[in-house]
Amino acid sequence: MSILSDSAILEINNLKSRYPQGKQKSALLPALHIAQAEKGWLPVDAMDEVAGILQIKPIEVYEVATFYTMFHVKPVGKYVIEVCRTGPCCTIGAEELIQYMEDKLGISVGETTDDGLFTLKTVECLAACGMGPVLQIGPDYTYRENMTREKFDLMIEELRNKS
Amino acid sequence: MARQILFEHINVPGINTLETYVSKGGYQSLARAFKMTPDEVTEEVKKSGLRGRGGAGFPTGMKWSFLDKKSDKPRYLVCNGDESEPGTFKDRHLMMNIPHALIEGMIVSSYALGARTSYIYVRGEMMPVIRVLEKAIQEAYKAGYLGNNIQGSGYSLDLYVQPGGGAYICGEETALLESLEGKRGNPRNKPPFPAVWGLYGCPTVVNNVETIADVPWIVNHGGDAYAAIGIGKSTGTKLISACGNINKPGIYEIELGLPVEEFIYSDQYCGGIPNGKKLKAVVAGGSSVPILPADLILKTANGEPRLMSYESLNDGGFVSGTMLGSGGFIVYDEDQCIVRNLWNFTRFYHHESCGQCSPCREGTGWMEKVLHRIEYGHGKMSDIDLLVDVAKKIEGKTICPLGEAAAWPVASAIRHFRAEFEAHVSDPGSCCKKHLHREMTSVH
Ligand SMILES: Cc1cc2nc3c(=O)[nH]c(=O)nc-3n(C[C@H](O)[C@H](O)[C@H](O)COP(=O)(O)O)c2cc1C
Ligand code: SF4
Ligand code: FES
Repeated sequence: MSILSDSAILEINNLKSRYPQGKQKSALLPALHIAQAEKGWLPVDAMDEVAGILQIKPIEVYEVATFYTMFHVKPVGKYVIEVCRTGPCCTIGAEELIQYMEDKLGISVGETTDDGLFTLKTVECLAACGMGPVLQIGPDYTYRENMTREKFDLMIEELRNKS
Repeated sequence: MARQILFEHINVPGINTLETYVSKGGYQSLARAFKMTPDEVTEEVKKSGLRGRGGAGFPTGMKWSFLDKKSDKPRYLVCNGDESEPGTFKDRHLMMNIPHALIEGMIVSSYALGARTSYIYVRGEMMPVIRVLEKAIQEAYKAGYLGNNIQGSGYSLDLYVQPGGGAYICGEETALLESLEGKRGNPRNKPPFPAVWGLYGCPTVVNNVETIADVPWIVNHGGDAYAAIGIGKSTGTKLISACGNINKPGIYEIELGLPVEEFIYSDQYCGGIPNGKKLKAVVAGGSSVPILPADLILKTANGEPRLMSYESLNDGGFVSGTMLGSGGFIVYDEDQCIVRNLWNFTRFYHHESCGQCSPCREGTGWMEKVLHRIEYGHGKMSDIDLLVDVAKKIEGKTICPLGEAAAWPVASAIRHFRAEFEAHVSDPGSCCKKHLHREMTSVH
């Protein structure tokens, strides 16, 4: 039984043509993004399936998945909120805002709300320092720039209503 | 209006589409380049004096000429769109809003280098940018600017976008190549340099997004025309992303040589410091470059006006100068705490160290720990010199320059703001962190 959908498998297979013969391992990062977009995170059997499609060893997939911060090797909430905590954003209030977000959601950074809707994560500079504080929210990784408490409340409300 | 090379048309509605881009003169450099030999194109880039816009400022034409021409292996051009250096947000803006400028640059540069397949490596967080680039690449294929026998020139090129996975270190060019090969982003030992042993062990050039986007203008107008812009060996224009405590944060294309004071205070650029506050310090080229206090960023130690150029920013070396770096310009007003900011940056480098070499892995961890205790009022006076000592023990002893990137901010902050560190130790209650109700820690 495959874990990934036929379309995801096809998409990953198609990636191989971007690289020279025998270098299909290069498709690993884009393949993991495809798998994660479908599953919400990367369960071991999904990683094993990616290894199979790319004809590499499962360990080669695990070591990559755990190196890069975007890949979730543990389950996460439906919406992963990734807020920048790096210097420039902190000069304009990111730290205060992060603590506000924790209070608002009733969780600490790194945790998921009980209803499984939100995971709050801090991330490093998102290359939007002039539009900070900034957060990014899945599944399409949209940027929310010039964040304020009010904008955050509104965003949470909208996402709660949608679910 | 200041000289605009990259951003001349950036506000034109629809400039992200091929049709509008072409209507503004886009893709004309292809026909020009195809009338020249690849070496002639490289020669123009050499003449232009263009220097790498990713941070190191290495002359681009020279880098291209190092490419191993004797090898019969395929050659690659890889564009560095990893943009993760804190304070830097110019490449994202360029790729998002005028993607064809980068694609056109990739085509003429690949032609000059004899590459038949090229990649644009974009950090994974920029998924929206990746979608924009992929759409633009499809348009370029359809219009015959990519693919087989481009415009009947006999030259063929395939271009792909490769997403990263979230790791600052993948901006370092050899880590980027490892990542593109589907591995962890561990920097390689050098030599061999990528020009000899790059992607898949083949001769490879890695260039920043902005660098590559500059090439079409050089092909269109000639290297001499480009070299006439700017000042001295700092030729052309530079994208500066300005942030922190300024009235108008944003991305500005400046002609190199603009006085720093004008950049900070003129309404055309940063528009001064909000709420009438005083300027305290500036990190002029992304988080890795030395911080300078207000007096030294506005004027050199000799009292000359400081200019936005490689040479002027570097004037005084690391004693009283800094670097243009990536153009990430971070401004601090009088209320900002240098210790807290430095702790934040050091935490960043510790978090982003790939862990291969112990001076970097352990040293950044130590510096973070010591800075955290100074910031939170548990520091000792001897901690300050301990930091200087650890920074020295990292510098020059690592596989890649992330070690220096972590060490320089520490050394420079203590050099210029020692009194502030001492005050944190002797009078911990005076510290700035009171407005936060919980300690911020290193959540990994
Ligand atoms: C830790 C580290 C991070 C870097 N990050 C970037 C980056 O995000 N973008 C970039 O273009 N260059 C970055 N560089 C510089 C690259 O290694 C390389 O010098 C550059 O891409 C070359 O292009 P250029 O000559 O056009 O500047 C980084 C270097 C180091 C040591
Ligand atoms: S200096 Fe740091 S980031 Fe660079 S290779 Fe060594 S451990 Fe990795
Ligand atoms: S510091 Fe937050 S986006 Fe750069």
